[in-house]
Amino acid sequence: MSTTEAEAAPAFDTAIPVESLGTRVWENIKGGNLGSLPVAVGLTVIVILFALTAQNFFTAVNFNNIIVQMSGTTMLAYGVVYVLLLGEIDLSIAFLSGIVGVACAKFQESGTGHSLPGILPIVAALLIGVLIGAFQGSFVALIGVPSFVVTLAGLLAWQGFVQREIGAAGPIIIQNHWINDTASYFFTPNKGWVIWGLLSLAYVGSIVFGLVGKRRHGVSIQYPYLVGAKLVAIPGVAALVIAICNHDRGVPLAGIIILFFLLLWTYVAKRTTFGRHVYAVGGNAEAARRAGINVPRIRIMVFMISGLMAGVGGIILAGNLRSVGPDQGGGTLLLDSISAAVIGGTSLFGGRGEIRAAVLGSAVIATIANGLFILGYQPGTIFIITGCILLFAVTLDTLARRRQQKTGR
Amino acid sequence: MTDDTPVLELRDISKSFGSVQALTDVDLEVHRGEVMALVGDNGAGKSTLIKCIAGIHAADSGEIIFDGKRVTISGPKDAARLGIEIVYQDLALCDNLDVVQNMFLGREAHSPLQILQEPVMEQRTATTLKTLAVTTIRSIRQPVATLSGGQRQSVAVARAVMWNSKLVILDEPTAALGVAQTEQVLALVKRLGEQGLAVILISHNLHDIFAVADNITVLRLGRNAGLYHRLSTTQQEVVQAITAGAPTKVSGIPMEGPS
Repeated sequence: MSTTEAEAAPAFDTAIPVESLGTRVWENIKGGNLGSLPVAVGLTVIVILFALTAQNFFTAVNFNNIIVQMSGTTMLAYGVVYVLLLGEIDLSIAFLSGIVGVACAKFQESGTGHSLPGILPIVAALLIGVLIGAFQGSFVALIGVPSFVVTLAGLLAWQGFVQREIGAAGPIIIQNHWINDTASYFFTPNKGWVIWGLLSLAYVGSIVFGLVGKRRHGVSIQYPYLVGAKLVAIPGVAALVIAICNHDRGVPLAGIIILFFLLLWTYVAKRTTFGRHVYAVGGNAEAARRAGINVPRIRIMVFMISGLMAGVGGIILAGNLRSVGPDQGGGTLLLDSISAAVIGGTSLFGGRGEIRAAVLGSAVIATIANGLFILGYQPGTIFIITGCILLFAVTLDTLARRRQQKTGR
Repeated sequence: MTDDTPVLELRDISKSFGSVQALTDVDLEVHRGEVMALVGDNGAGKSTLIKCIAGIHAADSGEIIFDGKRVTISGPKDAARLGIEIVYQDLALCDNLDVVQNMFLGREAHSPLQILQEPVMEQRTATTLKTLAVTTIRSIRQPVATLSGGQRQSVAVARAVMWNSKLVILDEPTAALGVAQTEQVLALVKRLGEQGLAVILISHNLHDIFAVADNITVLRLGRNAGLYHRLSTTQQEVVQAITAGAPTKVSGIPMEGPS
């Protein structure tokens, strides 16, 4: 084969045609690949509307409030994005988060046989979430039961567990500060700036490292101006966020948790073989199988991620209330999390979407709820408006998908 | 290995599914740099034969000799390890992934920690496409969904070739393509042969076959019904063999090579 000799050839002239950035963006839009554009525009519009109408909306205090309010949903939504990328669904996450919250509360209860110190209750409870995820995923991946049904059964069963555990004895108060801090700890202004410095350094470092790698392999760097703009803009925006947070109580730990998982899961999705295989299975499971990818393994692992993130969300939500009650994981949590992922631009049909959709979608939902609440609307109105936005987002996705099928052929 | 040793030689392959005899004592030979067309009517046993080579079905009897050595192929991974790549009719590309991602699907270049090495993959994709003179693809970072049928087929073929394969099997590569795109893919098939690969081309389209094949093996009702040298036969003769050809050999006696 001649690839080996071609590979050995030292100079590799860039025969890969490079499109201009504008063409690429336009091609993407035409090809039905809208990405985060609609939700980013939508979020901006929503913020402007509320800033003009609602008093005390556009303040540092409320900015921090929204971050804390959206943090639990965002965690669940990270898992939902992965599950949707596979083209599956997980309806059990909300009550799964309830189970993990309750388990966590039980593990920290003093004076019982199973009380654990420090951070251990969180670790043990998250393990339960992961195991439940693996259990449900096995039914989907190994037996082929539709995920809708498996997780619907999970929804019922885990809800039952929560009610049985909490119902008789009443709510459990949480005194473990690790759990409560997830929703109520704020970094001091100086620590906030240290965090900013470290993250900015890491960001710039990773970009430069990537460019060096491309250079070394003679691959052309596409859109150098875009890279340069990002290098300045992202640390800049981050500095603005830190400054706003510091104007109030400081940077909330919940915000850092959101950021941590955003970076972690984006990295896993985009830079690891596992992430690549998730997209492949979601895009064309048969092609993935023929290419030698272990499809059941990928499916189970994704449901484990879903279980883990439901657990993290459950702990933050429990920490926010400093207690767990019989309705832990109930209410609109499930619909909010799935809506967040979809509103953020994740396709329901699998294979298309970004991890950041979870954050953007959760931000839209939390901002609407927050703004309408300030304006004095009833929860009913909030549901109606969120529902309309969800319908709009799904319609957009379906239209984009139809477009995608039309182009290219 | 001398050039006379066939890359792949099938001897007396038989396969039955229950009471249905799909293949009876089928022989097939393909050499380096040869494009061997495999033709036959529906149900002639082409797909079954390919699946035996791919390791999806195990032959009931007969020998598979690869590079002069007798081998047993018990799965797609075995086939890939030997250097046999199959491009299936329904493409098996992921629409949502770009060209580079599809070329390396399931065999990504990665560091020990499973971190993807994009520059390595991008460079190798570009060189492979260039070697095969696949020049119509505007950017190797565009999703496969935005490519035309011919371009997708080119990507699928290029993927098969990239892994130092010795034998590439193409199952109806032009079935769903328009005229211009068919030309594009046929030119690619020809180039594979010129680069020293052994190619088995399955097709219904005699025009395509006469455009690129060196030799033509005809199957009829699960038996060999003729082996023709392209330059010394006519389409009529091949059609005759496909529709009404008599078995060219009696069990156990090897058939004649191309004249």
